[in-house]
Amino acid sequence: MSTRIILPDFRNTPAVDQVGIEERVARFTTRSIKKSSKQHGLKLVLNMIDLTTLEGKDTEGKVKQMCYKAAHLHDVIPGLPTVAAVCVYPTMVKTAKDALKGTSVKVASVSTAFPSGQSTREIKISDTKFAVENGADEVDMVISRGEFLKGNYNYVFDEIAEIKEACGAARLKVIFETGELSTLDNVRRASEIAMYAGADFIKTSTGKISPAATMPVTLVMLEAIRDYYYKTGRMVGMKPAGGISTAKAALHYLVMVKETLGGGWLTNQWFRFGASSLANDVLMQIAKETTGIYQSADYFSKD
Amino acid sequence: MERLEILKTYKIYIGGQFPRTESGRFYPLKNKKGDVIANICLSSRKDFRNAVVAARGAFGGWSSRAAFNRSQILYRIAEMLEGRKEQFFSELVTQGLTAKTAQEEVTLSVDRLVYYAGWCDKYQAILSSVNPVASSHFNFSMPEPTGIVAIIAPEESSLLGLVTAIAPIIAGGNTCVVLASESKPLCAVTFAEVLNSSDLPGGVVNILTGNSAELHSHFSSHMDVNAVTYFRKDKKEITTIRENAALNVKRIFVYDNLELVSDKAQSPYLIFDAQEIKTTWHPIENIGSAKAGY
Repeated sequence: MSTRIILPDFRNTPAVDQVGIEERVARFTTRSIKKSSKQHGLKLVLNMIDLTTLEGKDTEGKVKQMCYKAAHLHDVIPGLPTVAAVCVYPTMVKTAKDALKGTSVKVASVSTAFPSGQSTREIKISDTKFAVENGADEVDMVISRGEFLKGNYNYVFDEIAEIKEACGAARLKVIFETGELSTLDNVRRASEIAMYAGADFIKTSTGKISPAATMPVTLVMLEAIRDYYYKTGRMVGMKPAGGISTAKAALHYLVMVKETLGGGWLTNQWFRFGASSLANDVLMQIAKETTGIYQSADYFSKD
Repeated sequence: MERLEILKTYKIYIGGQFPRTESGRFYPLKNKKGDVIANICLSSRKDFRNAVVAARGAFGGWSSRAAFNRSQILYRIAEMLEGRKEQFFSELVTQGLTAKTAQEEVTLSVDRLVYYAGWCDKYQAILSSVNPVASSHFNFSMPEPTGIVAIIAPEESSLLGLVTAIAPIIAGGNTCVVLASESKPLCAVTFAEVLNSSDLPGGVVNILTGNSAELHSHFSSHMDVNAVTYFRKDKKEITTIRENAALNVKRIFVYDNLELVSDKAQSPYLIFDAQEIKTTWHPIENIGSAKAGY
């Protein structure tokens, strides 16, 4: 028999102290991570990346190329991990799945009329089913921000729950598009709705709206995950996406995860970076640490 | 009450900003009498790395500007320098020049900038060629900027050396990171202020102060640097630079006996050094034969 979870009233989620969040975030960026711990951290970052291509101009060729990169980040340096997953549109899932056969890299698909989420429930569900039937291991859905901002929280909750059902065994990541939610209070509320509705991951942004992932927003979401974990005992993953393009910033995020949720979340099962240009910067840093020489993007494959 | 003189803080110039060195280090600069005139940033390899990032960011925009526009901006730098002659003059004198040579150095620096401003939209025409080839192709070669040039500027000259080193590089559409004279760094920092107020986009020229013995190996080993120009005489440093350059086949140019005050120190060939020649084979109809090729 499963444990019963009593749903909270989402109108009464705790208010977020914005000044406190910003001060706390500033502290994370002052940690000094050098030498072997830096090397270890950088490899962990690589292993947490969802290598992403979500453009109107995506083709099978582009996706195949990215999948190759996902499994062979930089073969010049031996012992590098692969990325965690590739993230593509539903129509590209089959291509990605075939290209990644025999590797441990997972395939994530965006769905629910990504990135705007402006479509009917039926279309969103069939969009999700299409991705899962084609072999997606993970589904990245977007919430209906319009309904959320109207205060129609039940609608948002039900939608997430229905998509979760459509996902079957695939893990569900719920994208809030925090750049459109305007306040940290809203981010906190959206986090709780998504987690109680069954999200396996909560994710900041689509990458199509600026600002995308920022440290304050991510911290608010991490704290929501922590509080939810204390209440229910269920772990939920976190995925900041968009705007994290340097190895240094990525390490700051790891520090934040460690100091907010603890070491249990420091694996790619519970933490991901949604990024396209981050991988190369991390690779350049790793190459710098191994050779002692500053690197150039000219010598790293584009993804 | 007597007024306290406000002393200038000499900082480095990276990406259009004036930060202090990230290392927090400095060295005291003394005049002939042994009094400390200023504390100068002792730049580190990380400052250099940051400067290269800035230079790479600025390269696309600068290299694709119309040659005529680059010319206007170089001329603008000359104008701004002309307007601040007095300041450079007094700094040169503080650093040990006589009034006469200081005066000469400033005016010559302005003239040299104007000289290269003139060359901006002319060197391509002179260095390009249409090549006769045996096949049905229109074959032509033209210069393109090399990329990021790391410059170790002359030690003995504070202003003229810097201008001589920088002007041909940016006239040719490259961006650069410059290590200024260690013993005469004052004008370098003031020149950065001139650059900053003369329409030159941030990052095209980045100026560091510090020690060549410490930095030359990083200047020459950085994989994102495409050429190094070296204006000093240290044989050991030259050897290291040449060896490190092999990593990514950088262009290395050593100008160890350039007479800065003479006209020989300015030439379109100095622009040419930091250019790559691109040759294009464009298919055309068979023009050599009596009948049409199709």
